[in-house]
Amino acid sequence: MAEYTAAQRVALARHAGRPGTADYICALFTDFFECRGDRQCKEDESILGGVALYHGRPVTVVGHRKGKNLTENLKCNFGMPGPEGYRKAQRLFRQAEKFDRPVITFIDTPGAYPGLEAEARGQGEAIASCLALLSGLNVPVVAVVTGEGGSGGALALAVANRVILLENAVYSVLSPEGFASILWKDSSRSAEAAEVMKLTAPDLLRLGVADAVVPEPEGGAHLDPEAVFSAVDREIARQLARVEREGRFAQNRYEKFRRIGL
Amino acid sequence: MEQENFSQRRARLIELQRRRGGKERDVPKRRPAKAVFGKCPQCGAVTPKSTLVRALYVCPSCGYHHPIGAYLRLSMLLDSHSFRELDEKLVAPNVLDFPGYDDKRKAARRSTGLNEAVVTARGKIDSRTVICAVLDSQFMMGSMGVAVGEKITRAAEYAVRTGYPLILFSASGGARMQEGILSLMQMAKTSAALARLSQAGGLYISVFTHPTTGGVTASFASLGDYTLAEPGALIGFAGPRVIEQTIGQKLPDGFQRAEFLLEHGFVDQIVPRARLRETISRLLRLHEKGGVRRG
Repeated sequence: MAEYTAAQRVALARHAGRPGTADYICALFTDFFECRGDRQCKEDESILGGVALYHGRPVTVVGHRKGKNLTENLKCNFGMPGPEGYRKAQRLFRQAEKFDRPVITFIDTPGAYPGLEAEARGQGEAIASCLALLSGLNVPVVAVVTGEGGSGGALALAVANRVILLENAVYSVLSPEGFASILWKDSSRSAEAAEVMKLTAPDLLRLGVADAVVPEPEGGAHLDPEAVFSAVDREIARQLARVEREGRFAQNRYEKFRRIGL
Repeated sequence: MEQENFSQRRARLIELQRRRGGKERDVPKRRPAKAVFGKCPQCGAVTPKSTLVRALYVCPSCGYHHPIGAYLRLSMLLDSHSFRELDEKLVAPNVLDFPGYDDKRKAARRSTGLNEAVVTARGKIDSRTVICAVLDSQFMMGSMGVAVGEKITRAAEYAVRTGYPLILFSASGGARMQEGILSLMQMAKTSAALARLSQAGGLYISVFTHPTTGGVTASFASLGDYTLAEPGALIGFAGPRVIEQTIGQKLPDGFQRAEFLLEHGFVDQIVPRARLRETISRLLRLHEKGGVRRG
């Protein structure tokens, strides 16, 4: 693995050309049927999800969407979902359980959106319900952190039997900027924050938060997306097969999270 | 030597100062009477501590609910002599070797007398056994690290095993930054434990108190079968400052307060502190006989 500092990895994880959920769906799945809307009030484009075939078998796939250009970025709110997005995700998770198919999620978000409407519609409740629902879901769940795993907004889709990280993906309790601002009242010390936060893939593997790390090409995933797609595909297939062999999906998932940090 | 009282000491110091050619005002005045009066941060009213204690730390002039410590909260809630603390000694190592964290925790332990930001206990309310978890905002903002998450999870698992209702008072700034990603994982762990409690048919009453934000709002605190809040409590996912910075405008009055959440459908009832015990007791009574048998 290439030696990058934590701050460099944060920059790579946020790189505009980095493959996102939509790219992975295109590359790894076929017959994708997109499901829109939370059935309550809104469609939130920062969460992309639906049903697709993965190596010929139906799966539910859900992920954060940031968008590829400014117009898309704005439509997707730069990958920061509101409660509607998390309620759409919940709808898809329930559907997966009903039709007995595995869930594969792709995580790439700076965090859940901190806004007026998001608060009024219960951002906290939406995330909490996602966590509770996923934790007890009786089908295999595999999560891939492809870019930024920002805070509760990322975790809401990552209560999985296996959490796979890309080599330069990051996953943290808060963005380094927010972290520096809370602890040191100075958001410009984000590089320093990134170092102490232990948010890189090797750190997370050591801490038991990540189960596997997928290597990236020299310079980052955006330089050779095809290679990344096939490596991610291999890892998902391998982990999914293991999870299915182990069975007791909800029980094992519970125990996995029960152990972390102790 | 006999202890001289404050005015004697002051008189002696004034005399000394005068001889040195100084002024009387250089002599320290009486220290602010912290222990005797409480000032309301909302309306500024100064209330004698004895009155404040009798009013359960609710400001008599504006109704502001002062944040209170976990043990005080439990003493207001539980029948006398029924309190049994659970996992009292449980603490978590500084896994990330975060600089300064050990000292900060030590200072919090000294100033609060708590080992961690949550107290879990078994006790009785009107003779009904319950399991309680109370977060204490005086301990590092009531933030949730591994120890807090573990204690809450154990309390929920205990509730699953015994069938006792779980009552949880939140007061927290969210996940504890110093334990990084491990704090975030506590959101998943606690939510999973509460999902199991729900699955097992257990009763969980969640009470929001001032202030509850971040990862605590976005996990166990929002998963109650019944959700209560104290009047005026700040409850939200993102903190007000973060929202203001993000949207670049001032937040409207009353935003993210308990009344706002009630209006938007996220709280069952707002209950003043003086009525919390009886309200919870009523809920317990309503769940005593297990309704319809599922056929």
